[in-house]
Amino acid sequence: MSGYKFENKAVQWFDDRLPLFTVLRHSTTDYPTPRNLNYWWNFGSLALMMLVIMILTGVFLVMNYTPNAALAFDSVERIMRDVNYGWLIRYMHANGASMFFIVVYIHIFRGLYYGSYKAPREVLWWLGLVIYLLMMATAFMGYVLPWGQMSFWGATVITNLFSAFPVVGDYIVTLLWGGFSVANPTLNRFFSLHYLLPFLIFAVVFLHLVALHTVKSNNPLGIEMKGPQDSIPFHPYYTIKDLYGVGVFLIVYLAFVFFAPNFFGEPDNYIPANPMVTPPHIVPEWYYLPFYAILRSIPNKLAGVIAMFSAILILFFLPWIDSSKVKSAKFRPIFKQVFWIFVLDTILLGYVGSQPPGGPLVLIGQIATAVYFLFFPFLYLLGKIEKPRALPQSISAAVLKSEKA
Amino acid sequence: MRKFLLSTIAAGLLAAATPALAHEGPALDNQVWSWQGVFGHYDKAQLRRGWQVYHDICSNCHSMNLVAYRNLAYLGFTADQVKAFAAEKQVTDGPNDQGEMYQRPARPSDHFVPPFPNEQAARVANNGALPPDLSLMVKARHGGPDYVYSLLTGFTDPPAGHVVPDGMYYNRAFNGGNIGMPPPIADDAVTYADGTKATKQQIAKDVVSFLNWAAEPELDQRHALGVKVIGFLIVLTAMFYALKRKIWADVH
Repeated sequence: MSGYKFENKAVQWFDDRLPLFTVLRHSTTDYPTPRNLNYWWNFGSLALMMLVIMILTGVFLVMNYTPNAALAFDSVERIMRDVNYGWLIRYMHANGASMFFIVVYIHIFRGLYYGSYKAPREVLWWLGLVIYLLMMATAFMGYVLPWGQMSFWGATVITNLFSAFPVVGDYIVTLLWGGFSVANPTLNRFFSLHYLLPFLIFAVVFLHLVALHTVKSNNPLGIEMKGPQDSIPFHPYYTIKDLYGVGVFLIVYLAFVFFAPNFFGEPDNYIPANPMVTPPHIVPEWYYLPFYAILRSIPNKLAGVIAMFSAILILFFLPWIDSSKVKSAKFRPIFKQVFWIFVLDTILLGYVGSQPPGGPLVLIGQIATAVYFLFFPFLYLLGKIEKPRALPQSISAAVLKSEKA
Repeated sequence: MRKFLLSTIAAGLLAAATPALAHEGPALDNQVWSWQGVFGHYDKAQLRRGWQVYHDICSNCHSMNLVAYRNLAYLGFTADQVKAFAAEKQVTDGPNDQGEMYQRPARPSDHFVPPFPNEQAARVANNGALPPDLSLMVKARHGGPDYVYSLLTGFTDPPAGHVVPDGMYYNRAFNGGNIGMPPPIADDAVTYADGTKATKQQIAKDVVSFLNWAAEPELDQRHALGVKVIGFLIVLTAMFYALKRKIWADVH
């Protein structure tokens, strides 16, 4: 392709037949990356690592798990008690789900702050959102598999949401359940899909990377690379920076696994599923809570469901909603503040979603929902009226200047 | 920037923690447990006392289906003692060569034999209430061991005006106050084999420790391995950081 000749003859022989080494070279030592990426750019590689960890631990869990409503709960406990290091595999998988979402949320908010969704990265952004949606579906179905009380009732509440759609709603719910209530067929299809979707995610991640390598990384300045002086090769600079990030991240992740493995969990899920007993307070996993709060703050069920889905789908239109030509919040004084209001609003929605409904929280939830949706039209207007600060000439110019200072 | 990163992660974790930390209901009587903290581990003498309490008192009504007699070896009992504990109970086995089911003493490989053959039998013997399985009790309640301790020691006279239905008991730790379980422990309810003075508090602490072991038998191994893994990661990460500084030296 580039006509590069490898010194090792065997490598060259293989590469002439399958350009594996050329591709590797092209995407590592030859791949130009902005020289000014900060640590917020570590979260993409961390997300990929989490996906691999989830798939690997998942494959080993399945070797001992039994997807049957009568046996699932005990088979999980058998993994915890009798399978060698089964507790480690399961706690890595369970906490890994939460860690994966923490990493991906930071990754998404980073994209938001630095305008990574803007031209030419719209498709890259879309693919990321598709991954996020697939993750939500995968995590939801995975949480059902231990067949505890929260598995069962969470599945009941969430699948019931689809019944809000007129005409087709009930058919969708029957299809999801494989019957007329959450039962063994539900567990079986969720198990099947929970095993399938991660590989779909993997495929979309591959596309996400192809798109990334086509348009190249955005950077904290939000201006494109203009020449070799603005870039450094991905390897070794960002491989080692990513590895350092992996080290720090693994310390946090594994500290939970070893010392607080049930921190993100609900005690109710250690009670076997019982269709006759409803838990006093059904909460979804924490990563759905902001959307759960949006759902609950709208009194009409169908409108609530539509609002919940819109809260994510609207992100697909972000490249056109945001009318500012400037990407990075660094040069957008008002957007910078609005961004943090949006982050805090999402956290507030998450808190509201975690609490039993009632009292002042209803109104707080409704205001937070309004703020969430008002963010988008405001973003459109803001691009028209905001006076961005002067952009630097180039990445290298900005880097050199900051080093002199 | 690093500080910024940490604070954001901390804020995210805090937000994530709220559902897990939420405990509704009366305040708990929080205790110090030997297995708390990074270096915490079970006190095996305490676990053996707790097993005695479970064996003498709890197991008359409560099952513990996920634990096998062989697991008791971890508490420091000899193989013969474990065999003897198992042999106290009869289990149905079979069919034999004649095609018949038969009774035999339980073996160490059997799981704890439940006190009642089925839920209905348990309910009819307990005034309609079902004594829950205790295998995961500590993990299955908000507040964990502190909640179970508070419940065991929480039987008091009801506050003025509080009506306790017939066949129920008042417990200040229980949601709603009325519980079907009679006060299970009192001072000297057991006589400890190791001579420990059996106050109500001591009994409650010992049996909660045993219940925690039943729910998390891997805890000792988990903590010991965790200390090694995190220690290794700190060294590895420090080396990555040093390497990062070196590789990036010509860019900065």
